[in-house]
Amino acid sequence: MGMKVHGAIISPSAMRVLACLYEKDLDFQFVPVDMATAQHKNKSFLALNPFGQVPAFEDGDLKLFESRAINKYIASAYSDKGTPLINRDPKKMAIIAVWAEVEAHKYEPPANKLTFELAIKPLMGMTTDDAVVKEQEDVLGKVLDVYEARLAESKYLGGDSFSLADLHHLPTMTLLMGTRAKAVFESRPHVRAWSADIMARPAWNKVLAMKAAAA
Amino acid sequence: MGMKVHGSLISPASMRVLACLYEKGLDFQFVPVDLATAQHKNNSFLALNPYGQVPAFEDGDLKLFESRAINKYIARVYTDKGTPLISSDPKKTAVINVWLEVEAQKYEPPANKLTFELAIKPMMGMATDDAVVKKQEDVLGKVLDVYEARFAESKYLGGDCFSLADLHHLPTMMLLMGTRVKTVFESRPHVRAWCADIMARPAWKKVVDMKAA
Repeated sequence: MGMKVHGAIISPSAMRVLACLYEKDLDFQFVPVDMATAQHKNKSFLALNPFGQVPAFEDGDLKLFESRAINKYIASAYSDKGTPLINRDPKKMAIIAVWAEVEAHKYEPPANKLTFELAIKPLMGMTTDDAVVKEQEDVLGKVLDVYEARLAESKYLGGDSFSLADLHHLPTMTLLMGTRAKAVFESRPHVRAWSADIMARPAWNKVLAMKAAAA
Repeated sequence: MGMKVHGSLISPASMRVLACLYEKGLDFQFVPVDLATAQHKNNSFLALNPYGQVPAFEDGDLKLFESRAINKYIARVYTDKGTPLISSDPKKTAVINVWLEVEAQKYEPPANKLTFELAIKPMMGMATDDAVVKKQEDVLGKVLDVYEARFAESKYLGGDCFSLADLHHLPTMMLLMGTRVKTVFESRPHVRAWCADIMARPAWKKVVDMKAA
């Protein structure tokens, strides 16, 4: 029966799960959800994600939602396939978990708001609010100041190896690198190098190729 | 050397970690951090948490921050002590992880804003913004509508057993139950019953007693 990802290729959260599946080199079926016709709010989708958001995920009879939870499942259930994205050692795993929380609680809120203002609104013919951009760039800058210090002592956020803690940044990072907010990343040398490194990963480029093919 | 929690008893995030330690019946040292004198911004604290927030945690030479990450470590490493807070079954763990994300991504933002308006601001002599309260009550209400449906089919958020997915709600839930927005929880029968159940847990009462002392 295999794994299915119900999503939209333009959704950063859906891309987060696809990145994980490509890193693990796993077979899966991508089931497009047409957000323009509110397919994500219909009953059959709500049975997969009661919050009516993409992505939703199935592995046999297991149904999951929330991209970060889906990725944790994939990384642990398929830990012996493809790239290791978590760690069996409890102390190393704990450090990865710390930076996964930092991504979710510190990085994601400003990155999400900036993505909306600078990447989504223009597509929808709406006007970017420059005051919000300025404010959120400052918030993101303070978050990345801590990353700069962290990456001076650690190759990746969670430790010596690439992990989910790094991967989870990729969708919004890529979108923001195509906007004026890229300066927030590129003005910090270690952050710039880390961003370039993770965005160059072959698995991530497969996700981008899916997106380009769908456009 | 043992475990240490550097925190403050007025901090919901600190209380989240204390709840986990009490559930597991573990020995630990609580090291108070004086937020009023910005102790959490001094160099020695920043070495524990570069974001300058409580709590920070030590277990031997391991230093962690972010309460949810700390709790995942405790639940995993001390899995055979006290209350099980995660599962050894990968599929059951996956479902617990879904609801852990829901707590962090859906419940926490409105609960945090409401806690600030209704529980923190009054303590600091600041005026509650009623427009923010109204809006965040609506946001929280929609989240709890999904919880209400979830509880019709599951005793706890993650499944049949109490887990970290339930525990993480306790600090803000307790604060909000002491304010006018308790109606958002109490107007939904399954949510109300679940709240009463988890707030009555002996381990949580130990945290509340620490705070009252």
